[in-house]
Amino acid sequence: MEIKVKENCTGCGLCLKVCLYEAIKIVNKRAVINENCIFCGACVDACRFRSIAITGPETKKYDFSDYKGIGVFIEISDGHINDSSLELMIKAKELAKELKTQVYAFIAAAGVNSYFQELCDYSADRIIYAETGEGKEINEDALKELLTSMISTIKPEIFIAGATSLGRSLMPAIACSLETGLTADCTELSIDADERILLQTRPTFGGNILATIITQNCRPQMATVRPHVFKKNRIEKSGIKDLKEKGRHFLSDFSDILKNLKTKLKLDESMEDFQEKINLNDFDVIVSGGRGVGGEKNFALLKELADILGGAIGASRAAVDSEWISYPHQIGQTGKTVNPKLYIACGISGAVQHLAGMQTADRIIAINKDPDAPIFKVADLGIVGDIFEVIPALVKKIKEEKS
Amino acid sequence: MSYFYTEEQEMIIDICNRIVREKINPVRSQLDEDEIFPTEILSEIGRSDLFRLFIPEKWDGMGTGILEVCIATEILSKGCLGVATSYAASGLGFLPILISGSDEQKDRYLPSLASGGKIAAFGLTEADAGSDAGSIKTKAKLEGSNYILNGTKQWITNGGEADIYSVFAVTDESKGIRGASAFIVEKDFEGFSFGKKEKKLGIRASATRELVFENCIVPKENLIGKEGMGFIIAMKTLDKSRPAVGAQAVGVAQAALEEALCYSKIRKQFGQAISSFQAIQHMLAEMATNTEAARQLVYHAAKAVDSELKESSRLSAMAKFFASDVAMKVTTDAVQILGGYGYMRDYPVEKMMRDAKITQIYEGTNQIQKNVIALDLIKNGF
Amino acid sequence: MKFKIMVCIKQVPSSTEIKIDPVTNTLMREGAENIINPFDVYAIEEGVRIRERLADIPELETETVAVTMGPPQSEKILREAISLGADKAVLLSDRSFAGSDTLATSRVLSAAAKKISDVKIIICGKQSMDGDTGQVGPEVAQLLGFPFIGYVSEVRSLDNKKILLKQLKEKKYDIIEAQLPVVISVLKEINNPRIPGLKNMMKAKNASIETWGIKELMIDASKVGLDGSATRVVKIFKHEINSNTKMISSDLKAQIDEIYKEIFTYDKN
Repeated sequence: MEIKVKENCTGCGLCLKVCLYEAIKIVNKRAVINENCIFCGACVDACRFRSIAITGPETKKYDFSDYKGIGVFIEISDGHINDSSLELMIKAKELAKELKTQVYAFIAAAGVNSYFQELCDYSADRIIYAETGEGKEINEDALKELLTSMISTIKPEIFIAGATSLGRSLMPAIACSLETGLTADCTELSIDADERILLQTRPTFGGNILATIITQNCRPQMATVRPHVFKKNRIEKSGIKDLKEKGRHFLSDFSDILKNLKTKLKLDESMEDFQEKINLNDFDVIVSGGRGVGGEKNFALLKELADILGGAIGASRAAVDSEWISYPHQIGQTGKTVNPKLYIACGISGAVQHLAGMQTADRIIAINKDPDAPIFKVADLGIVGDIFEVIPALVKKIKEEKS
Repeated sequence: MSYFYTEEQEMIIDICNRIVREKINPVRSQLDEDEIFPTEILSEIGRSDLFRLFIPEKWDGMGTGILEVCIATEILSKGCLGVATSYAASGLGFLPILISGSDEQKDRYLPSLASGGKIAAFGLTEADAGSDAGSIKTKAKLEGSNYILNGTKQWITNGGEADIYSVFAVTDESKGIRGASAFIVEKDFEGFSFGKKEKKLGIRASATRELVFENCIVPKENLIGKEGMGFIIAMKTLDKSRPAVGAQAVGVAQAALEEALCYSKIRKQFGQAISSFQAIQHMLAEMATNTEAARQLVYHAAKAVDSELKESSRLSAMAKFFASDVAMKVTTDAVQILGGYGYMRDYPVEKMMRDAKITQIYEGTNQIQKNVIALDLIKNGF
Repeated sequence: MKFKIMVCIKQVPSSTEIKIDPVTNTLMREGAENIINPFDVYAIEEGVRIRERLADIPELETETVAVTMGPPQSEKILREAISLGADKAVLLSDRSFAGSDTLATSRVLSAAAKKISDVKIIICGKQSMDGDTGQVGPEVAQLLGFPFIGYVSEVRSLDNKKILLKQLKEKKYDIIEAQLPVVISVLKEINNPRIPGLKNMMKAKNASIETWGIKELMIDASKVGLDGSATRVVKIFKHEINSNTKMISSDLKAQIDEIYKEIFTYDKN
């Protein structure tokens, strides 16, 4: 693939302005494109003189006809299928319809057959599984090897997983061994049915813009998807009593592979001591409370909302000074500066000192009784109301939508 | 504003600004409120090589001049004068060793002081010997291979926190001011203890304690220079360190000015930013001009010290007294501009005002500085 | 015995603010300067601390090497890495690296690790501020056949053979032991990065920084850059942001619906 600047370039600099990658410089009244270029084509569109052209790559036709179906990685935590995996099953079904293909669930767990029914309910057309053995949690290294061989045997044309900490660490390694592409943390998936291409859209530049990415010349097309961007719809029980009704090919057992795996990782212990040592910067969602929360006990309300959203609890100085919550949670000039993807300010008036610590959040929702509270000035969405009414109602709605 | 800094000076400024922004500013009000000695910040300052500045490379230093020390001190003082005082006091503590110590003493003490692994303090002042430093009463008597020290030093910055102390004591009472000598005393020497930590108006992050010597045993080899040289060593030390006090004053003034300027643009009264009122504008203009004048005098004095000009003593006295008076005025005006908010501890300017006062007092009161200037004028002219 | 710690860093714009040109309706990046990806500063600090912790092991020659792939201007952040305590820095730069996705980038970085040789620990930041993928670490590990442990919040202990790490999982921490060599990605809570010292700043200013391209790394040009990338950006666009605050003052149900929409759909379009 090549990008060229033609003779008729006037050096007007229009392309310079639109390049997000600082890949263009004007030298001797002509645009010169450097190695920062990712061939996004923004400059081509911006040029009024049609001076910039991207050529190639030679559109080799690859034969991917032996790759079929959409694979979904089913993540198990605490004896349940993760919500994010179920959300993906539903999305996969939608995509499969457009491609007129099937959905495969890939699962490795202890007591793996106990999950088959639920996967059927979520309309899995096929289950690719491995039994890890009673009471044994499979470690990441082994899981990676296992999934790699499952995928290279089954050959799905698309393979997706939740962008959980497991998914984010497993999928790159798998994609890399399969020498295929992977798009991280997608917020939207759609299909170009003619080309059988998965259009993977994700936020980039700190969430400020969206990029649509494709995997053109390799298979499977892999993506991780941010949890909770797709709905986990209520589903019809399929009511299948005997899984064998589904036919001989419905279940594919890969348990044997596990016996031969040697891993380099050893799990020593697991700790659940999350609460105090939180680092707010490691969370994408922060639910924060201020003076309006009114007391230590009321923070439980915020905690419930944060838990549902997979987020952390923040606080204004007023709340910390009142000893409703500990100092590590404090956000603002004298506390932490945070930059989450979503910041929900509950009962925080928005003193300048607090704003200094959070106003760079991608999206800010503010809930406050006082319509003139300064917090509303920086918010994307301002809710004038009582947090004791709004938050419980919101929690209820999220729970309803989820189930 | 451009100050024609060298590349090395630019680096010092960059490092100090980062220490202020990342390490000092987030905790300064807590250090002040709870009177906490900034041990961690001082190790950070040490890791950043700032204690190495004035120490020659031979002893793991960077071999810079006093001007570089002043630049570092000025920037650190913008963050917290209490922290900057603790930093500067270590320098004051090791200057006697640097100026008059033997090579053995330098080999032994300077490398760990340069790295910041250890910090120093300067023990001269006593209850009845402040400005009148000649009348110190702490005594040192040679017994065999040791000196035995008895007496009490008062208001010693870094007292109790420092590892190495430069202590001034009388070895020959018959010679008055020429009977004083300087000693290096380590924290764990027998017979050396500390009084209670003083409660202060400002610079509350710094530690101020009494040094108590009760038959304290100091090895003979820890005498700095010769017996009787104590007062000369003290004066040479203070001549070198004085511009740095001026730099502290410039730093705190600059910080207060910046706070006031920022606030005046945000604060609205009568429907407009208070910076649009001429009364405020004139205050800001005076504050900025005085701070700038003080900075130039401090830099000039520091260069004079580094070039060992004969006027350096006079100039550094001028810099110290002028800059500290400016700091007091500018910080007070900053509180005035912030009004009620300025008086509250939620904003940093009231602390700056409390902190600034000490620069008019310590390391020679401003009245003593004027004596120095006047005597020098009368004796040496121009 | 040689024990090298390689720290992978990336140059990113200091601000990820993107504006839309109201006339042409195209995206524009604010003229922001380039800095070390903020997450990578913690990786450098940990790389320096690991070297310091290993100082007691006799006959172990340790070295912390900072590496970045990028245009020649990236040399600036490598000098900064030296000022933060790295012993050495290598710039991976070649015209044919342009347009690399994470897979192609990982090929370059893993080739660099092989050329540096004796690399026992590779440290990456959690993710980059601009791309946000967090994929390069696991991919480099896979290419080198090293185990990968992401989201490390503490290096509990280490010697010249193994490392004990505390890893953040969704709701808990795991303690994981791994045989070296290993690739880790670190969280901000792992340390408190130091401020550069004057000596290291001087060293950084005068350091000579090698540049390695496809020739030095002995990699096939078709495996890197846009040609070697499995993914390709086909469109970049800005999602609608209502720059003014949308205020909803009454009707609880409408408020809840709006919040719900804001939480779950804002970044889809």
